[in-house]
Amino acid sequence: MTANIVDGVIKAFQLIFSLDPEVYRITGLSLYVSALAVILATLWSIPIATILGLKSFRGRRFIRGSFNAFIGIPTVVLGLVFYLLFSRSGPLGFFQLLYTPLLISVGQSVLITPIIISFITSAIESIDMDIRDLARTLGSTEIQASFSILREASGGVILAVLAGFNRAFAELGIAVMVGGNIYNRTRVLTTTIALETSKGNIAFSIALGVILVGIVYILNITISYLRKR
Amino acid sequence: MAGLVQLSNLWKSFGDFNALQNVNLTIPQGKIIALLGPSGSGKTTLLRILAGLDTPTRGELFYGNTRLAANEQNVLRQKATLVFQKSVFFNTTVYNNVAFGLKLTDQFTKEQISNKVSEALALVRLEDFEKRRAKKMSGGEQQRVSLARALVLDRELLLLDEPTVNLDPKNVSIIEESIQRVNHEKNTTIVLASHNMFQAEAISEQVALLIDGTVKQVGANKDIFGKNNKHLESFARLENVFSGTSKLSKEGTSTIDVNQHLKIEAAFSREGKVTVHVRPEDILLSTKAIKSSARNVFKGTVVGITDLGPIAKLTVDTGKKFSVQITKKSLTEMKLNVGSEIFLTFKASAVRLI
Repeated sequence: MTANIVDGVIKAFQLIFSLDPEVYRITGLSLYVSALAVILATLWSIPIATILGLKSFRGRRFIRGSFNAFIGIPTVVLGLVFYLLFSRSGPLGFFQLLYTPLLISVGQSVLITPIIISFITSAIESIDMDIRDLARTLGSTEIQASFSILREASGGVILAVLAGFNRAFAELGIAVMVGGNIYNRTRVLTTTIALETSKGNIAFSIALGVILVGIVYILNITISYLRKR
Repeated sequence: MAGLVQLSNLWKSFGDFNALQNVNLTIPQGKIIALLGPSGSGKTTLLRILAGLDTPTRGELFYGNTRLAANEQNVLRQKATLVFQKSVFFNTTVYNNVAFGLKLTDQFTKEQISNKVSEALALVRLEDFEKRRAKKMSGGEQQRVSLARALVLDRELLLLDEPTVNLDPKNVSIIEESIQRVNHEKNTTIVLASHNMFQAEAISEQVALLIDGTVKQVGANKDIFGKNNKHLESFARLENVFSGTSKLSKEGTSTIDVNQHLKIEAAFSREGKVTVHVRPEDILLSTKAIKSSARNVFKGTVVGITDLGPIAKLTVDTGKKFSVQITKKSLTEMKLNVGSEIFLTFKASAVRLI
């Protein structure tokens, strides 16, 4: 087994550095799907988190608590829900999105929404609220003042987006359930690793595993370096 | 006198608590008016309403001749700006902090913004501080940046909430000078909230006494200070206010008999019952009695030390308790502790009638 692993790692690097088109196609699709998921989730999470972080209203604590609770939602459960919704006979079946990369993105965006909202809300709550009054007394409109707070919380916003990307990029359940792991169409890093391992193609799986971890590692290191600057 | 802002029967309540009660006040255009009152008297609440940051619970607010409805606060926010008591900063450089308000509109070019920021920083004597991180500056410098950030906007109405509280004398004088300069040069109307009656007296032309959310008295400085004023006395009592019988000396000065241990010499000529005040910063502290022209020298014991950032406030018991302000550096160098024996010295001219 150890020899297998060593052999696998060597083959993995060969695949990576020989610019194997299959490896790069899968990696590219993974990046595309998760990036789209992050963009979608960020689009609606920022306004929701800003309202949760700045406004006090009835039910705020409940909503905030719910988003916190959904951070840990099992991806397979969410995958199942999306499968049922978008399957041909499901209520949203007419969109014909099942087994498309787009639906994986949509599913992942819902998965990471609670993470992004909770992180950004916490970041906003940690900002001195006097900043809002300061912005207002210097001539900001209410919306401009909210943006000022978001800018002050930008470190937390970046962290939230990054955490969301990490979760989307590394998840398997939704990609399998709604993507179907179709060769050349919806096959992403995680689904391919699962499939190839079950087929005994260890080297290929390790290569993709190295890429998966490598991308997450490099991205996180780069962003933390940029944040410090 | 033309009023820039007029408040009429204004109330502000937080639940059952009335922070402002039936306030009627005219802010005269182009003048410096001091809102004088103890902590918790409603000064900040009133300033926040004038700044358009809060809405009054009841009452009317006129800007010029226009009555502003509760949803027209943005009008005030374009006309007025508030410098908060506690400095708040965007997490960026001094330049970006000061330029913030200017960048909100498309009114100015980059070059114009840069010139205005430099001008405002020069006014508060922070010319070379543009690239510094605002949050990493000293308390006094921070408050001067806050003032520059407000001044740069050139608003008609400048609202200052205790801008010099807890600052050392150098920063206090820079801030006071800047305030007076913009008032003279740009005819900016200034409302200065303060609990320091001497600052109010020195800087403002008009004073409104705000006590327990109510305006007790409004008038020109000369009508408020220097006369027996029970409202003023009621909150100035906390610090170095002494009552006694004053007798005239041959030289025309007065000696006030406070109690058997404390006889204060004052430069004014007044007989009978008087109430006087000595500013904590006018009192010199020394470990030995010093020979000087000052007429008042008292021996006492330090009974309390309060840390106020760069300065410390000492309470010294001489038979009556005095508050004295000294810098932290002096406190350390003189090795003063609670229980230390100390001499207080102040001039007869530092004794002021209330």
